[in-house]
Amino acid sequence: MLETVNYTATEELTDLFYQNIEMYREGCPDFMNNPRGKAIGIFKRRGIPSRKNEDYKYTDLRPVFQNDFSVIPRYVEQNVDLHEVFNCDVPQLNTHLILLINGWYYGRNRKMGNFPEGVICSSLQHAANEHPELVEKYYNQLAGQSEDPMSNLNTALAKDGLFFYVPDNVTIEAPVQVINLMNAKDHTFAIQRNLFVAGKNSEVKIVFCDHTLNQQYYILNNLSECFVNDDARFGFFSVQNQHNGAVNNTHFYAKLGNHAKLDTNVITLNGGIVRNNLQVKLAGEHAHANVNGLILADEKQHVDNATSIDHMMPNCTSSQLYKNILDDQSSGAFSGKIHVFRDAQKTEAFQQNNNVLLTETAEMNTKPQLIIDADDVRCSHGATVGRIDEDALFYLRARGIGEKEARLMIMFAFAEEVLSQIGVPVLRERMEELVDRRLRGELGPCQNCSLSHKK
Amino acid sequence: MTEQDKLLEQVTNEDYKFGFVTDIETDIIDIGLNEDVVRLISLKKEEPEWMLDFRLKAYRKWLEMKAPDWAYLKVPPIDYQSISYYAAPKQKKKLNSLDEVDQELLDTFNKLGIPLEEQKHLAGVAVDAVMDSVSVKTTFKEVLAEKGIIFCSFSEAVREFPDLVKKYLGNAVPYADNYFAALNSAVFSDGSFCYIPKGVRCPMELSTYFRINAANTGQFERTLIVADDDSYVSYLEGCTAPMRDENQLHAAVVEIIAMERAEVKYSTVQNWYPGDKNGKGGIYNFVTKRGICRGDYSKISWTQVETGSAITWKYPSCVLMGDHSKGEFYSVALTNHHQQADTGTKMIHIGKNTKSLIVSKGISAGVSNNSYRGLVKVSKRADNARNFSQCDSLLMGSKCGAHTFPYIECANKSAILEHEATTSKISEDQIFYCNQRGIDTEDAVAMIVNGYAKEVLNKLPMEFAVEAQKLLALSLEGSVG
Repeated sequence: MLETVNYTATEELTDLFYQNIEMYREGCPDFMNNPRGKAIGIFKRRGIPSRKNEDYKYTDLRPVFQNDFSVIPRYVEQNVDLHEVFNCDVPQLNTHLILLINGWYYGRNRKMGNFPEGVICSSLQHAANEHPELVEKYYNQLAGQSEDPMSNLNTALAKDGLFFYVPDNVTIEAPVQVINLMNAKDHTFAIQRNLFVAGKNSEVKIVFCDHTLNQQYYILNNLSECFVNDDARFGFFSVQNQHNGAVNNTHFYAKLGNHAKLDTNVITLNGGIVRNNLQVKLAGEHAHANVNGLILADEKQHVDNATSIDHMMPNCTSSQLYKNILDDQSSGAFSGKIHVFRDAQKTEAFQQNNNVLLTETAEMNTKPQLIIDADDVRCSHGATVGRIDEDALFYLRARGIGEKEARLMIMFAFAEEVLSQIGVPVLRERMEELVDRRLRGELGPCQNCSLSHKK
Repeated sequence: MTEQDKLLEQVTNEDYKFGFVTDIETDIIDIGLNEDVVRLISLKKEEPEWMLDFRLKAYRKWLEMKAPDWAYLKVPPIDYQSISYYAAPKQKKKLNSLDEVDQELLDTFNKLGIPLEEQKHLAGVAVDAVMDSVSVKTTFKEVLAEKGIIFCSFSEAVREFPDLVKKYLGNAVPYADNYFAALNSAVFSDGSFCYIPKGVRCPMELSTYFRINAANTGQFERTLIVADDDSYVSYLEGCTAPMRDENQLHAAVVEIIAMERAEVKYSTVQNWYPGDKNGKGGIYNFVTKRGICRGDYSKISWTQVETGSAITWKYPSCVLMGDHSKGEFYSVALTNHHQQADTGTKMIHIGKNTKSLIVSKGISAGVSNNSYRGLVKVSKRADNARNFSQCDSLLMGSKCGAHTFPYIECANKSAILEHEATTSKISEDQIFYCNQRGIDTEDAVAMIVNGYAKEVLNKLPMEFAVEAQKLLALSLEGSVG
């Protein structure tokens, strides 16, 4: 049975933390427990964001917490049909598979024997106790600077998630696939905390798939901190495919050293309310961040992506491309910030946000921002909102392609610009297929794994 | 230090050239703000009951409001109780001609190059010279009256055309709109009122000069322009203010209403005292400007050249209610030394087939911060809305900042919205190219900046364009001009 605490009002989150503080501290080292007090203080002061919070201008999270739901402050062994979950191991992708359930690292994960020597892939709580000096060096170093209430709520309540460490000069060729499942009997509010560390001159690619296994009402607050040390290459591909009743609130903080390279791609295929915060600090010279997103939303879904790229050192480059295709009554939001610090000369920062509205009722709000405090920089941003180009449609139809198919082709071409940024060819092809099926309305929101070939 | 750096330093060390104080007796009420002060202002201006009600409503609302803090500005706390809310030049008698205007006042205007007398004949500009809140002299009134155009001070309008004022006051900017608009609504001293009747094309550029003069007085102007069906008017507003050490607050409100097929063009050159090199002093400029395109096929166009003020907080906006209505915004904002500007526009598309265009050029130098903040909003029934926004920033020196905060909200699929922004500096190549052709670096910088701002300057009426160019040169380019 799940051990749960029920509560009703959002304001009670703070009280519940204090009432169950021992349960939250249990099994965690001091460096995880110490920041909790300050974090809950910030959460309490700033509250669950409403539209009055400028950073959440287009996403009101308060109604999300109106429903009754449970929290899971202790790890509970679950009987997941392993066969079903791990079935989605795509042979040609040759991934390492890791399963997380309701924010917790799944205890029966197979031992990852085939990782190179020195790689640590385990539960965060486990790692924090086994390798305290390593985890402590990085834990909460980025999230701890944030004033974001939801991010601080995560720090206050965090207990577990994935810890992934790649030592210096180690390259992991095959992508690491993380299946992030929500599976509970009750409506559940889950907290997940991940920490990724890529040592000097190392390389790793992580594919993160968010899923829901059943139709309960889920809120997932997922925070990842990612440290890409000098000359390292880190790829993070997030595929979000949850059911329409799920709320997915993710935070991704990354810090890059000299000549480090970060690639992130978030592909939202389905979800009820999705809010992705992404913050990248280019803290070394010649670092490069490539940040992309593709959002396909329909029905009453709401997807909000907020990015912030800090150019703290000279000679860094960044590129952002976010595209939304919005159908039915769905709404999308994008808020992208490029901040060039004083003396971060020779910065090149680029940001683009293109959006297509398919229906009269879809809505898009976009807020691209530049904050520039250095003069020798090249920065630009562009944002467009529009519909499917009638001329392009006519062109295709004039060549004997039916209207429906022509529309799909145009939408797919629109999406392809983001998909083409995915550096792993097998993964890219798989994504292209998924997006194609999603656009055709053939992709169920609750398929166990988007990487599976189940028909 | 390269030659360019030297030039930049020289340029950014340039002092404000328009600073002087006119010594005229003014009628100032005691500092502080409370309900009695609001009543006193209303009383002094001999206003009717409904006007006082409007002021009091606004004042009470203001008390509940908080100064906005979302702008990218560092605003020192303003003590609203240390400001005198009313200052009028003492009038000895009613004036019928220019000869009777105080010579000293006329001298001030002449020093500024305000063409009160000459332009009356030469340029055909009617000038409503506002000095410290009360209209001193309105010219060309008779000429305008023939056409049925009303162009007078706000208090006069309240007295003589109460129905018109009552009907349109607060339409575009309600008294509770924002903190500074509420403050203005409560204590506004005077301003201009302009009404263009149906089918009339105003034969001349209407122009108002605002001057902040008496020490320790905030200036709370209120302008209301109503363009009836099929009319056209071009309105100019320009300012230069004397040098001051204390910060002065300016919270103006401008309202424009354009009816069916009417067109209003509103141009501003703003050059108030920006503070000295160390950021001491300067005007705080918090302005609410909004136009409503109420009728079909109406058009409102804002053009602004902002070079002055220590702090600028200003968003001239268009509410496009009528079908096929059109809003335009052209802006050059230049900041130097410690100046801060957060300026931009809002384009609210409500009617069908509405169009808007935004061209914003920011220039930052010294240690200043210059932000563009804009909103383009397309509501559900605004079919076929079209917007194009372009926001460019030019950085001069490595210690200044240029920021862009556009908001795009779209709830209609037939809308086509585009936004683009770039940030750059004057490149060595450009300077080199000019040098090669025998143009020295100073002239080259001047040319490049003027070329960069040309797109906006071109939208200004002729006389203004010249003045604006001069201002850019003065504010930035030192002896070059």
